[in-house]
Amino acid sequence: MTRSVGGAHYGLRDWLIQRVTAVFMTGYALFLLGLVLYWRPLGYARWKALFDQPWMRYATLLFFLGLCLHAWVGVRDILMDYVPVTAIRLFFHVLAIMALLVYSMWAIRILWSNGI
Amino acid sequence: MRFSIYRYNPETDAKPYMRDYQLDIDASGKMLLDAILLLKAQDETLSVRSSCREGVCGSDALNINGRNGLACITPLSDLKEPIELRPLPGVPVIRDLVVDLSQFYHQYRAIRPYLVNQDPEPEIERLQAPEQRAELDGLYECILCACCSTACPSFWWNPDKFLGPAALLQAYRFLADSRDQATNERLDYLEDPYRLFRCHTIMNCVDVCPKGLNPALAIGKIRSLLVKRTI
Repeated sequence: MTRSVGGAHYGLRDWLIQRVTAVFMTGYALFLLGLVLYWRPLGYARWKALFDQPWMRYATLLFFLGLCLHAWVGVRDILMDYVPVTAIRLFFHVLAIMALLVYSMWAIRILWSNGI
Repeated sequence: MRFSIYRYNPETDAKPYMRDYQLDIDASGKMLLDAILLLKAQDETLSVRSSCREGVCGSDALNINGRNGLACITPLSDLKEPIELRPLPGVPVIRDLVVDLSQFYHQYRAIRPYLVNQDPEPEIERLQAPEQRAELDGLYECILCACCSTACPSFWWNPDKFLGPAALLQAYRFLADSRDQATNERLDYLEDPYRLFRCHTIMNCVDVCPKGLNPALAIGKIRSLLVKRTI
């Protein structure tokens, strides 16, 4: 029997990232939901004023980056489970990473679309 | 009682098939294994493993009406007819209800299921406090029947890389042992994205364990140990 004690050591890190980002995203989502319910009816002016605040932009950016990291671990998990052929799995890994990077850049563009 | 049993003899059958059986038996007080042994007396080509007949050896693990369990401790009267018997899912079939568990044992061996202790051997035994011994309850009782691992989708997809609930329960059994000194090496081995972290807490293992053990809890405790070590 061949037994490699080494192995890749990022299992714990990725698992932890997924848990931590989940907690942050839950907090952000509850905060936003609370705000929307508290401000009913929510007009454009109020929404815009909220997202003009730098802290809201940064919090939202953190939310999107967290979402991307969370989604990366989740998508990778699905690929590890269901795509046994290494070459195809690598292809989908790269595809997922590129898509998530594009989404992140897109999120930055939207958040800072009317200047800093 | 009516039975529908998975039959496959690789030497004569091109494909596995289900065969129906009838058995005149009073179900009260009898276990499924009693019925299977009577069926085998009727049709001696039926292959099945069994040994202790009392849920200690783990030989007669089967998929009973879609759920893994030990035939010898499954009351016949609890089962809905026709009773559908299949081999454990996700592992190679040798013949009929007999499966090849090499992969399962391989994963068990990989976690080093023995005490690693470099201290000089004491004259009589390595002592434990009652509380230290109590840490092993719910872990040492595993009989390696493979009901849990073969019910685990993560083990179906990656039986060569994911250790499976049975081996992980045993991995924790030795991590939790106060006499073991290889905690760091054991955790190093488990930090891999496949070996432990293919577990998505589906909990089929807890659902089917005929000994009422909780591999998902043990896996959670290994994760806590890994977090504590790293953070």
